[in-house]
Amino acid sequence: MIKLPKDQLQALIAKNAAALLDELCSDHSFVVNLGVGIPLLAVNYLHRDNIYIHTENGMVGVGPLAYGDQVHPDLVNAGRQPVTETIGCSYTDASESFGMIRGRHIHAAVLGAFQVDQQANIANWIIPGSTLLGVGGAMDLVAGAQTVIIAMTHCNAGKPKLVHQCSLPITAYHEADYVVTEFGLFHFVDGTPILEKIHPELSVQDVRNATEFDFSVADQLSHTLLL
Amino acid sequence: MPMARSKVMRASEAVSHIRNGDKVMVGGFGLRGCPFELVDALIETGQRELTIISVGGDSPGIGLGALLRSGQIKKMIGSFYNANREVAMARNSGQIEVVLMPMGNLAEALRAGGMGIPAFYVPVGAGTDLAVGKEVRVFDGRPHILVDALHADVSLIRAKASDALGNLVYSKTARNFNPAMAMAADFTIAVVDEIVEPGALSPDEIITSHIYVDALVLAGGCRHD
Repeated sequence: MIKLPKDQLQALIAKNAAALLDELCSDHSFVVNLGVGIPLLAVNYLHRDNIYIHTENGMVGVGPLAYGDQVHPDLVNAGRQPVTETIGCSYTDASESFGMIRGRHIHAAVLGAFQVDQQANIANWIIPGSTLLGVGGAMDLVAGAQTVIIAMTHCNAGKPKLVHQCSLPITAYHEADYVVTEFGLFHFVDGTPILEKIHPELSVQDVRNATEFDFSVADQLSHTLLL
Repeated sequence: MPMARSKVMRASEAVSHIRNGDKVMVGGFGLRGCPFELVDALIETGQRELTIISVGGDSPGIGLGALLRSGQIKKMIGSFYNANREVAMARNSGQIEVVLMPMGNLAEALRAGGMGIPAFYVPVGAGTDLAVGKEVRVFDGRPHILVDALHADVSLIRAKASDALGNLVYSKTARNFNPAMAMAADFTIAVVDEIVEPGALSPDEIITSHIYVDALVLAGGCRHD
């Protein structure tokens, strides 16, 4: 099994999410929205220079996090973190920013999740009874982005997050396209999850043991990247 | 030619338009582009039973967080209150009602409210707990929910600069919900960091036309009083 400190585990998942974005973007300009947490870390591992980051508070062309005198008081990402501009960046108001999402102009969204199920349903907005009260852009992003990538740890306190049927409130139905965890990469094709990549130190049976939903295995099963 | 009545006024005078029970939109996202001076002035008025339409609840004790603590809010319509858990606590204790909306549905409801569109269909949220009771219609084989536009009595917004007419320009991600809210209220109050002469702003760069702006408040000073 994979024994890594939390920060390295998150970095491993982010690195493989970035590799997927690099693969998906081909040669055209590719606009990506990254959620707070593991997804945002993917920025550190992108290699393509034709990927542009969108943040739903109203910017296309988000640069790296800002530090020190780079910080501008009016410039943050959706997670309230100070960020920088890139050459060619632009600002919009919130209604247009979400119109970009809903209107299918965002090529990929990378988000975390609490659960993803057999039918590609996603639960990632609320855990009933908690003092968190917010949906934010989660429902907009999974319904609107052309490709939805869930980047998350494989289990939560030992319990699988890839389940037969989501028990937590649903964010959107049938919208997950890929799930990237430290165990591997699943691709939903025609509504069925297929394991396409696997951590080089794991067997398919290891993955099945930590996964509740049923999945098939790609003929060309390849390895995920290591840190 | 007689001069038009100036829109420039003190924050206290501007927010005196807000009455008990009003719906009030408040701009800002992630503590950027928030009209804090106007919210603080609203607290001073003591008006109560307010419905606040905003993306979130700012932070505990800051901006809308302070208005919540002062007990003047009856209901909040918004999207993301995780940065101020006092909102969830006030909801759980029955102090306030909270209506959650997907953030883009909220943004579009504001725009629609200002643009004369009473409601619109979107796929976002269909079938979820946030769509309970909403009308559903299928387009291209996909369920969509009918979302009602939002309109307010007063909007409190922030911009970077204004001319004396009330044309507004914004700064970076501080723009966020402010332009849509400017359009979606009967009376819109903008707090700005600078007020310049008409003509000093490039017409191509103006984001919010003065036709939406009823009152201007200069941030941090009384230069125009």
